[in-house]
Amino acid sequence: MTAVVEIDGLRKTYRSWRSGPRRALDGFDMVVEPGQVHGFLGPNGSGKTTTLRTLLGLITAHGGQMRLLGHDVPQHLPQVADQVGAIVESPQFFGNFTGRDTLSLLATAAGLPQRRVDAALEQVGLRDRANERVKTYSLGMKQRLAVASALLKEPRLLILDEPANGLDPAGIREMRDLMRSLAAQGTTVVLSSHILSEVQQICDTVTIISLGRRVAAGPVDEVLAAHSTAEVRVRLESAAEHTAAAGALREAGASVTVRDDHLLVHAVERPAWVTATLAARDLYVAELAPVAVDLESVFLELTGTTPVSGQARQVDESVVVGAEQPAGGEGNGGGSR
Amino acid sequence: MSLARAELRRLCKRRFTRWMLVFVVLILGATVAGIAASNHAPDSAAVAAAEERAQRQYEENLRAIEHDIAECERARAAGEEDAAGGRAWPDDCDEMRQWAAGPDEMARWHLPPTFEFRADFEPLITAFTAILALFAFIVGASFIGAEWRSGGMTNLLLWQPRRLLVLSTKLATLVAALAGLVVLLGAAWTAAFWQVATYRGITDTMTSGTWQSLGLTGLRGTALVLAAGAVGFAVSSLGRHTATALGAAIGAFIVGVLGAQIVAFAVDARYPQAWVWTSYLQAWMHKSVTFHDFRSCEPTAGLGPCEPATMEVTWQAAGVGILAVVALLVGAAMWHIHRRDVT
Repeated sequence: MTAVVEIDGLRKTYRSWRSGPRRALDGFDMVVEPGQVHGFLGPNGSGKTTTLRTLLGLITAHGGQMRLLGHDVPQHLPQVADQVGAIVESPQFFGNFTGRDTLSLLATAAGLPQRRVDAALEQVGLRDRANERVKTYSLGMKQRLAVASALLKEPRLLILDEPANGLDPAGIREMRDLMRSLAAQGTTVVLSSHILSEVQQICDTVTIISLGRRVAAGPVDEVLAAHSTAEVRVRLESAAEHTAAAGALREAGASVTVRDDHLLVHAVERPAWVTATLAARDLYVAELAPVAVDLESVFLELTGTTPVSGQARQVDESVVVGAEQPAGGEGNGGGSR
Repeated sequence: MSLARAELRRLCKRRFTRWMLVFVVLILGATVAGIAASNHAPDSAAVAAAEERAQRQYEENLRAIEHDIAECERARAAGEEDAAGGRAWPDDCDEMRQWAAGPDEMARWHLPPTFEFRADFEPLITAFTAILALFAFIVGASFIGAEWRSGGMTNLLLWQPRRLLVLSTKLATLVAALAGLVVLLGAAWTAAFWQVATYRGITDTMTSGTWQSLGLTGLRGTALVLAAGAVGFAVSSLGRHTATALGAAIGAFIVGVLGAQIVAFAVDARYPQAWVWTSYLQAWMHKSVTFHDFRSCEPTAGLGPCEPATMEVTWQAAGVGILAVVALLVGAAMWHIHRRDVT
């Protein structure tokens, strides 16, 4: 089946006479298959929005190929634009128009029936506020309106840049449910977000970008597994036994870190081996649990943006980790910067 | 077509457009009311009194002229030279008889202000054009400037990625809407002043040729309004902000009017007014404008007319210049949206 989004070696350089050229995209690749909810992650300034804007024809690329719904873009973007709904960055609307007017004008411009306006407003929960001017809307309401504008076309591909921005917790859940139901109906969703727990819950696949290059891509669980450290947390009956247990495990060849109330045993293939090794020394395990990795830790690791206490990280201080794990596809060969 | 329909709706829905239109209608209405209030239809008594005063004044003028002719002939017969700084006589003394205004012409001077449609409406077409051109410039600039500024343009380009089509449709919609508005308001403006002339002035001097001339002036005015709208739109789109157009307009006035005059005088230009771009708008509206070089006209000892060197700019030449400016700015706006990233 043809991929909905295919980006290959995308390059974009911003030039400024003051600060010189800056590579926003440096050979970026991305593939999104039909029917997926695809998370698109990256630190601030990593090139996410540039990628989306380039894909949607707002920015001209300096190299690489892009295909949307099987068509080369930007050359054939007009042929597919009516099947792609998108919001890029913060929602931007003319403040003096009502929400309904805003959508109605878009529907008229695209030759869509006006009944779609009411359906989209209903879908995002703005039905009762549709006749109020947009400038009176909260950020969350503007966000909903933006999503409604993207849904107007009943798109095959929905591209959402930070759709949960400004939404209250209920709104975030509604947005999540909406994306799930759209995906269930066959709509492909590309979701750029910084709420990694949301992405982990919603997305089937993910692409992580750092400094304009892909650093990981693939199904979410495979990306997590690829970056799993295979660590187990071990607690014994008495904390006094932790030192002896650490010694026993090290003698058996394990790498162990002693923490205040537990041990961290690294690179453990079979947790039962820990139990057996300690039991042979009359040390009995009270708790043994694998340390789970989440998308946030993988993201921070891959982009080199893990906060360091006492240091203020600058926006461009991210890295491109050398190679992707097997689950994430091919490496991009980037080195740390 | 649907895009044009949406743009027309967007233009008409904008509060700024509506308020500006109300403002323009109020100004036009106040002008009509002011002119109606300050003019009066001459009744037979006023006409008779004016004719009587004019006849009296005409006879006095004739007596004074006959006296001057006699003086002139005496001086010529005596072979007197015109003294420097003294009274100078023409070569042909009888020529002075032609200088007296006739009693009919003078009678008009003594009538109360009367709105004569034939003579007074043409300047009002120019005034109408100036007001509408200012409206068109500001609304045109705001129409696209606010769209860029608010992000509405970005949204629209996500729906219709053909940038040139989007911008040209917006411009065409603006120009069409302005044309419709000028026709409507122009018809109302003409009808209003026809009523003023009917009830507080004179209409019976109108001929088909006069109507044709007024019609052509109106057409040139309409073209100027549309050009102003297109220029405001194009400059605002180039800067992606309404303020760009307004700033450019102020800059054009300071540099192109005040600065140009200062420089023209500084370099001792023969026709300083030719350096000022507003002169070409005048030429467009008034069919032609003539610049005079009064320094080329040496003071003569006699009373003969001074004929300075002139430079004439016709409406055709001015039109080519205006068209070139509009085409250049609209072309630049199209190139800009085609080439520049939408960030």
